[in-house]
Amino acid sequence: MKKVVEGSYAIADSVRCCLPDVVSVYPITPQTHIVEHISEFVANGELDCEYINVDSEFSSLSSLIGASAAGARTYTSTTSQGLALMFEVLYNVSGMRLPVVMTTVNRSLSAPLSIWNDQQDATGARDSGWIQIYAENVQEAMDLTPQLYMISEDPKILTPSMSCMDGFILTHVYEPVEFLDKDLICEILPPFQPEHVLDPENPMTFGAFTDPSWFTEFKYLQYKAMENALAKIEEVDKVFEETFGRGYGGLVDTYEADDAEIMLVAMGSIVGTMKDAIDEMRSEGIKVGLVKVRSYRPFPTDALMKALKDASVIVVIEKDLSMGYQSALLTDIKGAFYNTQMRTPILGFSAGLGGRDIAKRHIKKMVETASKVKDESLETVQEFEIFDVKPECL
Amino acid sequence: MEESLFAPGHRACAGCGMPIAIKLVLDAAGPNTIVASPTGCLEVTSTPFPESSWKVPWIHSLFENPASVASGIEVALKKFGKSDVNLLVIGGDGSTFDIGIGSISGMFDRGHNITYVCYDNEAYMNTGVQRSGSTPFFAKTTTTPIGKESLGNPVRKKDMPAIAVAHGAPYVATASIAYPTDLRRKVKRSLEIDGPAYIQINAPCITGWSYADGDTIEQARVVVETCLYPLYEYVNGELAGVKKVRHQRPVEDYLKAQGRYKHLFKMEGGEEYIAKIQAIADKNAEKFGLLD
Amino acid sequence: MSKCGVSMVVEPGSTEITKTGAWRTFVPVVDHDECIKCSLCEIFCPDSCMHQVDGNFVPDLEYCKGCGICAHECPRGAIEMVLEEK
Repeated sequence: MKKVVEGSYAIADSVRCCLPDVVSVYPITPQTHIVEHISEFVANGELDCEYINVDSEFSSLSSLIGASAAGARTYTSTTSQGLALMFEVLYNVSGMRLPVVMTTVNRSLSAPLSIWNDQQDATGARDSGWIQIYAENVQEAMDLTPQLYMISEDPKILTPSMSCMDGFILTHVYEPVEFLDKDLICEILPPFQPEHVLDPENPMTFGAFTDPSWFTEFKYLQYKAMENALAKIEEVDKVFEETFGRGYGGLVDTYEADDAEIMLVAMGSIVGTMKDAIDEMRSEGIKVGLVKVRSYRPFPTDALMKALKDASVIVVIEKDLSMGYQSALLTDIKGAFYNTQMRTPILGFSAGLGGRDIAKRHIKKMVETASKVKDESLETVQEFEIFDVKPECL
Repeated sequence: MEESLFAPGHRACAGCGMPIAIKLVLDAAGPNTIVASPTGCLEVTSTPFPESSWKVPWIHSLFENPASVASGIEVALKKFGKSDVNLLVIGGDGSTFDIGIGSISGMFDRGHNITYVCYDNEAYMNTGVQRSGSTPFFAKTTTTPIGKESLGNPVRKKDMPAIAVAHGAPYVATASIAYPTDLRRKVKRSLEIDGPAYIQINAPCITGWSYADGDTIEQARVVVETCLYPLYEYVNGELAGVKKVRHQRPVEDYLKAQGRYKHLFKMEGGEEYIAKIQAIADKNAEKFGLLD
Repeated sequence: MSKCGVSMVVEPGSTEITKTGAWRTFVPVVDHDECIKCSLCEIFCPDSCMHQVDGNFVPDLEYCKGCGICAHECPRGAIEMVLEEK
């Protein structure tokens, strides 16, 4: 069934279809609509789950630790300051190998306080051991919910995951979406049956502390599970496509990449604008294409190399900064390629911070800069730029 | 006593009051129990990977979230139709009075059917005896040391049971390892009452308080007999029972036995501060009707 | 559960493999004739190592840390802490 709905409603409905046992909730703009809709489902008897209004985001994720350890399928949603408040808990959830699924609505981090979109919150959490997959549009964000449960709850993975969707841009937009069929979801997403749960019939201790003789092994196993997730993400994308007719390319997707000389790389909703800009530039004869990074963690090195190997210039556009050194996706890509045969110049733009609009003309300007590199050399331009700073500040 | 649900081999100091409290709590709760604990002495001494003293299901997550973790367990069990399991949080005063108080407030506020047990050794002991919200007046800790400008902890002990009562927790009690029957009874009572409960157990710490070997139960007994640590129960916000003190002992009897207070007996003008502590004891006696 | 299992849960009661009896300097010696079997020593032992064996209360020397609480609390003074010969 196709309907025009608010993005947040679509996400809430996708959660409903996954039959979570426990949902914990704390309000923060711009994700609040998601949990409000879920609460309506529960209140109307359309979703049989335990729904707890907790005292902070720290508590919302902490309560899911208990619930997940007791064998429940769990869900929460947060953004920005809430995700930051959960920082300690993120590491704890992944270290305890609990397959919690969370929607991270991407929003900038204070200070200064801003409720508008950028990707600083989730990129800042990239080391926390959570799988991170970014959605381009509402349909993809919806479809990600069951996919993430399928990935996280796999006994070879057992790693929590977050679907990342740009705040306001995807949460508050009204778009036509194809609603998920709960029964079909049940066919591809089996019930959550962990090997060990908190159960007086079979008492076990969860969360013992380790001294130096055992810590490394825990981390090694986590790291391996993340590597296993690379294949699992691709597999789940295929299963989803077979079931629902919608595939997203797995770890990465490409657009107009075949003969592209300039390849743009980005995550999230900006990809939509970039596709439109690319269409216009193509009609002017500019050979530009893009790679959409879906899976940021685990990092899809091989898939990126395959997609970018024929480009003359690579341009990474992202909505975050790593203070002190450029930005997250950019440096991850440069680092990934350093020891390989790839010697393509890579430019980076940090744009759209705090909700600053990125329009087609901005993309075109970035491509202009890239063209200069293609025609001349990397030395002729700034290899990393914070885009669209007011002239009086420069 | 049946075989304890808290196995030996744990790394608590010789003579630690905390494992005595844990044994008694678990004995009262029985094997149909799940426990969540914060980081602290209990967690660290009872679960050094790959070992665990716990013979009931037990989970440790972070320092300040066991109340939230337990809340999640409670709702998951409710979803699975298993609400007959006893749910306990067992944590120290550092987590309870300070860093975890937000989570606890939420747990009480939402009315989860969980008994929160605080073993109260009156400081952050696991990290080496630092002042917590539970540290009483003038106690020496490493962050309230004694010096030319300092007499020890400069503020009164936070009234955590009153905070629990203010949240509407239907059962709130204080207890002591020196009175094991009373302690067990209170734990059982808390589990019978539906809703959140708070039990605070005075648990002397030989390392942090500095008293003579073997004296742990004696310290726990004397503090009750001075009325400094009143033992009482609140049911639905009303004082429902107290442990009477037959002969109130002067606070000096308690303070002089511990290294953390010995400066009060050496310094000039120390009597003034001891008098302040005596006033607290006397106020408790009056407020709770501890004396006949 | 293998120590290298993914969820890293730990078997219940497994601290029993660590014999904390190695910590002690003093060992409790019980006078069984003086003992009135009140079981306070068992109740107050922090290491759950006072057990009634054939009617008598006996410390489990594998775990006893020699803290002296039992000796201090025995209402009959039937327990003495003695410097242990090693």
